[in-house]
Amino acid sequence: MVFGKFPLPRQEKPLAWSQLSHQRVRLLVALSGISFANILIFMQLGFQSAMFSGTTNVPASLDGDVFLVNEKAQFLGNETFDKAQLYRAAAVSGVATARPFYYNSASWVNPDTGKTTNVTVIAMNPAQPVMSLPAITDQRSVLEQSDRLLFDRKSLPSLGAIPEQLAAGQDVSIDVQGRKLWVGGTFSLGSNIFKRGHVVISDVNYLRLFGAEQANQLHAGVLKLDPTASGSAVMAELERTLPEEISALSKAELIALEESYWAKEPAGIIFDFGTIMGFVVGVVIVYQVLYSDVNDHLSEYATLKAIGYSDGQLLLVVFQEAVILAVLGFMPGILCSLGLYSLLSNLTGVAVLMRLGVGLQVFSMTLVMGVLSAAIAVRKLQAADPADVF
Amino acid sequence: MEPVVNIQGLHHAFGKGQLSKPVLLDINLAIQPGEIVILTGPSGSGKTTLLSLMGGLRSAQQGSLRILDQELLGATKRQLVDLRSRIGYIFQAHNLLDCLTAQENVRMALRLRPSLSYDERTQLSTAMLDAVGLGHRINYRPENLSGGQKQRVAIARALVTQPQLILADEPTAALDSQSGRDVVQLMQRLAQEQRCTILLVTHDNRILDIAHRIIHMEDGRLIRTERPAVAAV
Repeated sequence: MVFGKFPLPRQEKPLAWSQLSHQRVRLLVALSGISFANILIFMQLGFQSAMFSGTTNVPASLDGDVFLVNEKAQFLGNETFDKAQLYRAAAVSGVATARPFYYNSASWVNPDTGKTTNVTVIAMNPAQPVMSLPAITDQRSVLEQSDRLLFDRKSLPSLGAIPEQLAAGQDVSIDVQGRKLWVGGTFSLGSNIFKRGHVVISDVNYLRLFGAEQANQLHAGVLKLDPTASGSAVMAELERTLPEEISALSKAELIALEESYWAKEPAGIIFDFGTIMGFVVGVVIVYQVLYSDVNDHLSEYATLKAIGYSDGQLLLVVFQEAVILAVLGFMPGILCSLGLYSLLSNLTGVAVLMRLGVGLQVFSMTLVMGVLSAAIAVRKLQAADPADVF
Repeated sequence: MEPVVNIQGLHHAFGKGQLSKPVLLDINLAIQPGEIVILTGPSGSGKTTLLSLMGGLRSAQQGSLRILDQELLGATKRQLVDLRSRIGYIFQAHNLLDCLTAQENVRMALRLRPSLSYDERTQLSTAMLDAVGLGHRINYRPENLSGGQKQRVAIARALVTQPQLILADEPTAALDSQSGRDVVQLMQRLAQEQRCTILLVTHDNRILDIAHRIIHMEDGRLIRTERPAVAAV
């Protein structure tokens, strides 16, 4: 046999494959079982990623080196600190800029239905942009006007069909926190299940919406360091200068804070549980198939033992069967899941993507599933006494 | 010449302690190279137990049991596995693998010989199936072969490794008289060509004439030996 340029030594087909392919119906049942388990696992992980993937969008798009947050904050926007501390931080040597960032929730009246819901408000000084989104920096002049907001095109439709109305050339005004604001433009950020959508406004408009007292309380301070400054030295200096209730975090730490908070949400635990259930279902199915396969061929295995095959060689056959089943079962499993993911994306408007990492994770789970089942099933094989067939 | 099988003072019992039930008592037996020996006797007399001990399928308990220069009393698992690969087995039921063709079944016995290439293994298997008269059935699976044909595939599997010793347990039990006769004559002919020793357990009176020696067994003892006047050669 020659595959392309590489001649392979001719070999017997693996016995495992002969055994499996001889019983087509059993093979089909086994493969659909494994695919089913795979789909269960993929769905749980898909729901999980749909739910949590957007949670780090905002911290990830902040443009800074060091971030000041209240030490008690569990996620961005959770706690505030006094604006005066930002000025103290700005005076620390090595800090190039220190900019305010507000991240608050406001009531929002859907202009189409008149129903009240809520929106997440991002506020900053238009002259000191803190997000690495060109759409926002480019529309600085719009932000500077009073009672103007920028609207996230990827917000959930329950906020209203605003991008469509803008595209049709209409002026759109919305009742935000009891005040009438005009939509001056759009940007693209993305929402998640916990946030319906985002708007960006200037710090001055934030003051108008929430009052002086709240405008004096920042949700984060975004610092940029001098290119020559040592990060750790500045961090240490910040810790010394600022009161204890303010933490200075790197960007990775800020994102990790967000992730660890949402991972502890009950929903996250439920999906982990669902994933484990899918895994257990898979183990039971593969075990059932391998067990009955071993059981049906017990006399054949005993015969092989009698003609000189060692226990190890026969165990290998069962493990090979498990691996073949896992690999073959995974393919329809992932294909169906891709289909269901795109269906889910269409239904919810939240992007559910098949990530390479998740695919590899489920594939290795499937292999472990097969090997684990084989390990249980071969106990029967070790009992295959060649003396019984003789 | 060193006997192929040399058994001295072999005892064997099933069960433990109070429930221990002896099945083999003081067995002494030597079989020379090239000999064809038939072991016969009523059911429960211990024939199959003796055969399975000789084949390294059970652990010996007491006495000495030397097969192909390997002492089986106290032998390790590895030594038993190795011995099994040097013995040809023919079972009462054919015990072929259903998922493999005749040729693949025969080749299974050769897969344990890594010194042979795949092509050599295939060649030897085909030649052996030819020798048992199944050259035209090499790609048939057991389900498409008759009882006699399946038993001949099993014989080919036992002989293809050219073992020095063949142990056969009632190889004709499932066959009609003509195919039973054919199978035994085939074993006899191939054994002579390959100079191997055969120990055959059987109830079948029709095939007793092929043996050099017939040993009767009863209640776990070898009680009588006959030498047929002329072994049909």
